[in-house]
Amino acid sequence: MNVTNQMKLSFISKSANESFARAVVSAFLLPTDPTVSDIADIKTAVSEAVTNCIVHAYPHTDGTIYIDMKIVDNKRVIIKVRDKGVGISDIKKAMEPLYTTSSDERAGLGFAVMQSFCDKVKVRSVVGKGTAVTLEKIISKV
Amino acid sequence: MVDITCSKNTVTAKLKGEIDHHNAPDIRRSIDSKCESFRPKTLVLDFSGVSFMDSSGIGLIMGRYRQISYLGGKLEVVNVPDMLKRIISLSGIERLGVLK
Repeated sequence: MNVTNQMKLSFISKSANESFARAVVSAFLLPTDPTVSDIADIKTAVSEAVTNCIVHAYPHTDGTIYIDMKIVDNKRVIIKVRDKGVGISDIKKAMEPLYTTSSDERAGLGFAVMQSFCDKVKVRSVVGKGTAVTLEKIISKV
Repeated sequence: MVDITCSKNTVTAKLKGEIDHHNAPDIRRSIDSKCESFRPKTLVLDFSGVSFMDSSGIGLIMGRYRQISYLGGKLEVVNVPDMLKRIISLSGIERLGVLK
């Protein structure tokens, strides 16, 4: 695995930082000459992952969200969005479309969107320790 | 984020910029407030000015569908940019018959 570039980012779980995370991730991606569609897909998937951290991992408190982003062979992007929040007790259930534990007009589509907009999505979680969502996508060149 | 106009039993909400979990609640409150006072027959959500939307936008549409239906009106979702059509399609909102 030839890592072309890598960055790490951490920020507090404020909803105002959702757009910040999207902006940083898309800016870091730009040197790979991605298509507009690829940028939109990755921004959307990252937005869902970060929102999950804010809404579900740290529901009543501010915590830290960590993003580790790698560009491999200048064409594959791997983004790990991690938290140290409450964790997910049933990952399979949490990934079902339309399933949500939030009452705030959440559509329950977060993981479905991540899976649809990325080539691979991996979720690891330990209750009381936190969750890591890894998104992978092959970049189509312009 | 949203410009709202009222005319002839219609409330039109012209959405602008990015729709995510951070700003969706403010948009929702603005639209619901106008609908509750104006009681329109039709609520139009115009997406022509939206540059980004995640599933919070889907929640916004579904919530407004429930709200306007409760008030006895109907919802129309118009001018959806091509880049948003995939997430709209994924949500199954097309089955509500609100996309124009």
